[in-house]
Amino acid sequence: MAQNIQATVISVVSHRRERWGGKTILGLAFCSPLILVFLVLVITPMLYMIYLGLDRTIYPAIFSDPIFIQTLWNTVIFVGVAVNIKMILALVVSALFSAEHWAVRILSGIFLLPWAIPSLPGILAFRWMLNGQWGIVNKILNDLGFAGYPWLVRRPSALAAAIVYHIWKYLPFWTLIFVAGRRSIPKDLYEAGDIDGAQPLQKFRFITFPMLRNLYLICSLLSMVFTLGDFVIIKIMTGGAPGDSTHVLATLAYRYTFQMGKIDWGVGTFITALPVTLLFIFILIRSVK
Amino acid sequence: MRLRGWRKVVFFGACGLILIWTVFPVYYMITLSLVREEDLFKPSLYVARPTIENYVMTIQQSNYLVSEFRTQLYNSVIIAMLTTSAVLIIGTLGSFALARIRFRGTRLISSMTLFTYIIPSSFLSIPFFKLMADLNLLGTKLSVILVMITFTSPYAVWILWDYGKTVPPQIDEAAAIDGAGPLTLFFRIYLPLILPAMVAIATYAFLYSWNEYLYAVLFLSGETNITIPVAMGNFLATDNPPWNILMAESVLYSIPPVILYYCFRRHLLSGLVSGAVK
Repeated sequence: MAQNIQATVISVVSHRRERWGGKTILGLAFCSPLILVFLVLVITPMLYMIYLGLDRTIYPAIFSDPIFIQTLWNTVIFVGVAVNIKMILALVVSALFSAEHWAVRILSGIFLLPWAIPSLPGILAFRWMLNGQWGIVNKILNDLGFAGYPWLVRRPSALAAAIVYHIWKYLPFWTLIFVAGRRSIPKDLYEAGDIDGAQPLQKFRFITFPMLRNLYLICSLLSMVFTLGDFVIIKIMTGGAPGDSTHVLATLAYRYTFQMGKIDWGVGTFITALPVTLLFIFILIRSVK
Repeated sequence: MRLRGWRKVVFFGACGLILIWTVFPVYYMITLSLVREEDLFKPSLYVARPTIENYVMTIQQSNYLVSEFRTQLYNSVIIAMLTTSAVLIIGTLGSFALARIRFRGTRLISSMTLFTYIIPSSFLSIPFFKLMADLNLLGTKLSVILVMITFTSPYAVWILWDYGKTVPPQIDEAAAIDGAGPLTLFFRIYLPLILPAMVAIATYAFLYSWNEYLYAVLFLSGETNITIPVAMGNFLATDNPPWNILMAESVLYSIPPVILYYCFRRHLLSGLVSGAVK
């Protein structure tokens, strides 16, 4: 018994020593480019931003700017509405794409298109489609007997346009993730459900959703963090117009910093969103590990 | 699967809706790119008199808005290719250490890569701009490449690591008994085995930098230095941009990513999905 413990202790100690020895040096050497990138290009900018953000006079200043407050709301609406609608749709559509049918096979190839096309061309196409005077959307509305609408000139519809584009662009990706998630659910659960006479909606409620819940939550959180920093959709779709009323965090920070020359305001804009972002990232890192 | 009655109607209805929703903006983009200038302000669902002159103009650079198209295309390609090469080097080396060598610091490195992957890239835009200004790199391709490397290598390491773990360790041990050192192991055994994941990572890094707008618009200026998306964004600053030429440029710019997605979609998806499903 005592010998056994001794042997274990020795093996643990020697294992420790080995991990601090040649192998650690070797491992760190192979990781050195990665570590260098992280130190120079992630930690340095991060610390610099926090250093700039320590100036407490920024926050009363930006919080008294009505555009900043409106931008916070826009960001919450954009992220909250776009991501949640997209995720629910992805979950629903993934049921269709899990079906074995010739139509689904053809459709799933085409369905990837929005994801494959870069953001800029897609957003520009949406922007011209929604043009109040010459856009195809108003033209179709007119042909159907409705009046046209200046979509990108009113705040609610301009934000809605950005949300619709976001859903159009990213729905395919998350749908495919959920299709893979559905495939990993053991088939015998559904067979057991069949034996018990479960209806499709009951199968979804008692089998599919409980099995996908974790994946669904992680994906939603991940997508929210990504979308929180979105720049290009608002920048190209509305440019913040009408009258700076449709900015999100990144476009407002860009405007403060590079168009008004107020770098501290720009930094303050991002710092304001940092606590929520870091909390989300923390939860994600915990749950992915 | 055979469907009958109302289920068939619902199924094909849903397929039709998804098809129109997916394809319509793309169809309209292509339609517009074939429209003559005099028809541009007569919106229509089809082109009565299609023309390829917008494409010819873009490629021959004969309109002032596309006067540097080929140079900008070159800039986009160079930035994407150099990013891809660098990410492959960083990613394969790092993932080899994480997957094949047991050493201290693995947890820390995995957390930091995950952190960098998740944080929205725009959050670091202002300090990055300052950093590049201090290093005198503003306006150079290198500045954009460095940032692209920063945001793509964590994901590359993550996916390659995940893939590298599936290679049985006995292979390494057998090679080590035959006297192979770590470098031989890396080049002769590890790299050939993770090739499929490397294809996925290369595609990912190429597309990420090809599509990048924010950092390209921040760091690059001047018609001959910018990339294609920046040039397209600059269109909007002019009073009456010729949307038919802009859409022709959009289609040309979208072709490489679309081809890459469709060629490598199996690789891309398997990597992305295995990362997300677990």
